[in-house]
Amino acid sequence: MASQEPIRFPYRTPPELSGNAVRRVPVAIVGAGPVGLAAAIDLALHGVPSVVLDDNDTVSTGSRAICWAKRTLEIFDRLGVGDRMVAKGVTWQRGRVFRGEREIYAFDLLPEGGHKMPAFINLQQYYVEEYLVARCADFPELIDLRWRNRVAGVAPHEDGVRLAVETPDGSYGLEADWVVAADGARSALRTMLGLPFAGQDFEERFLIADVRMQAPFPNERLFWFEPTFHPGQSALLHRQPDDVFRIDFQLGPEADPIAERAPDRVIPRVQAVVGPDTPFELEWCSVYAFRCARLERFVHGRVVFAGDSAHVVSPFGARGGNGGIQDVDNLAWKLARVVRSEAPVALVESYEAERGHGADENILNSARTTTFMTPKSAAEMAFRDAVLTLAPDHAFARALVNAGRLSRPCSLATSALQTPDDGTVAGPMAPGLACLDAPLADLAGRPTWLLAELGHDFVLLAFPERGADRPAVPGCRTLAISTEPREGAFHDRDGLAAARYGGAPGVTYLIRPDQHVAARWSGFDPAAVAAALARFGLSARPADRRAA
Amino acid sequence: MSGTELRRGDGLRGRGDDVYEALLAAHHGLDDRSSAALNARLILLLANELDDPDRVLAAIELARRAGAVR
Repeated sequence: MASQEPIRFPYRTPPELSGNAVRRVPVAIVGAGPVGLAAAIDLALHGVPSVVLDDNDTVSTGSRAICWAKRTLEIFDRLGVGDRMVAKGVTWQRGRVFRGEREIYAFDLLPEGGHKMPAFINLQQYYVEEYLVARCADFPELIDLRWRNRVAGVAPHEDGVRLAVETPDGSYGLEADWVVAADGARSALRTMLGLPFAGQDFEERFLIADVRMQAPFPNERLFWFEPTFHPGQSALLHRQPDDVFRIDFQLGPEADPIAERAPDRVIPRVQAVVGPDTPFELEWCSVYAFRCARLERFVHGRVVFAGDSAHVVSPFGARGGNGGIQDVDNLAWKLARVVRSEAPVALVESYEAERGHGADENILNSARTTTFMTPKSAAEMAFRDAVLTLAPDHAFARALVNAGRLSRPCSLATSALQTPDDGTVAGPMAPGLACLDAPLADLAGRPTWLLAELGHDFVLLAFPERGADRPAVPGCRTLAISTEPREGAFHDRDGLAAARYGGAPGVTYLIRPDQHVAARWSGFDPAAVAAALARFGLSARPADRRAA
Repeated sequence: MSGTELRRGDGLRGRGDDVYEALLAAHHGLDDRSSAALNARLILLLANELDDPDRVLAAIELARRAGAVR
């Protein structure tokens, strides 16, 4: 039902089928969705080549992920595609929750300035994939994108994986040191490896309609409990680029998924939302039931699962696509160092602990939202209604209204890679947290951003005392921040970096390549930094590389 | 499950009969559904007023266990 023909990417006969011997590649990525493409780009930024295998030759069609959270946009920015995504996307930060026609609760996800990236953008997944594919083309020596290459067999062995790949020209074998399985919720690799995908099924059915229309809805997330236009259920509306709106309608557990997606059923539902005088065009619609599930383990020998192949959630909270991109952020630098023999395999295994924790958090939150939205008994309904009734006048009840706990960066505080906080640094940036952005200026006064300057290396983020040298340790790049212009430091003109990082003179942070805090101290002690770095098991390290 | 001990003695300062009467009076004239709704609102207000999530969890646990005893 898509009104635009999707972009098609050219299939080319792979070298293995044009007379060349079976190649061995450091990393094969299965699936060219947002997660697989982001993984290829991130690995390329770390100098690691990959082959990306996708069974199709187009971007995703129809309505998939649309809400991209601030942390994801910061990762996309690090990958070199953030500006393009934000330019095209619909930026929003406010949400409103209604009961019937009455607004009972509104929230602002980013009430302060001084961040490069907004709280959220809405952008259709097909644009995200298109921009990531375009970015891949910047690395012709490192990223080998193979469309219509379907993985039909996977044979893990001790130090690698052999993949059987089918193409329009026949089949070939590919040896990879590592495989990233980014092949989605119905992961073929997961099935081929016989891995159980345990979780919770929700019986409730939802209609998701993307409609094209000129309509005056604000750039906000609008959610209704018991809307007058859809009695007894709930509904959610998001504006997307190109005058496309996403409307979710709760249908109840008894709804017939085939009948409900027929246009003669869908059109009156949409008309009820937008009014009789607004013409619209159905771009896409589907009837869904949701699952929350995860693999018990994400790392199976040399096969690493990322994104929906590893974990799925209900869509309320925008934790699917955002969770997948955070997987990549956590995995790529680890895999790169292991591939380059600069770290033990255990570093990749830490991905499982760190992102497994994130997956559990996402599953917990999205399951709670689904429970709140779809009461299963009279008691559940009574408590839900009590919350909604009390919400307008009671702040504590507003906090219980659960129409989606929107994606926030997960803390890695429970991981052994981080150095426990000694409590001597003020401010919220405890070890394990994703770094907050802040505006900076270079010596010439040119504006830049803290996250842009962090890049994807281990960085010593330092607030040196006046007159003191910039701290330095082997294996780290130093990023010094100063309250006044000085040689070798970035100028914190607005004082926001110091405020957000408790940046009293002497305060020093060790930042991971995925821009999470590994450790922080009130002063610079090279031995303490070395001990914090040692937790990552890193060995010989080449000169720092920056993004292409 | 939590180690929090709930008060077993009189926390109503000798005015238990007044409170009990008010509780029943609040339900006068309500059908079962409206009564359940009132109880749910009341539970949420009291839970918040306790200002101690551990005591709320202990009360939930205690209420459930008390119902299981015959």
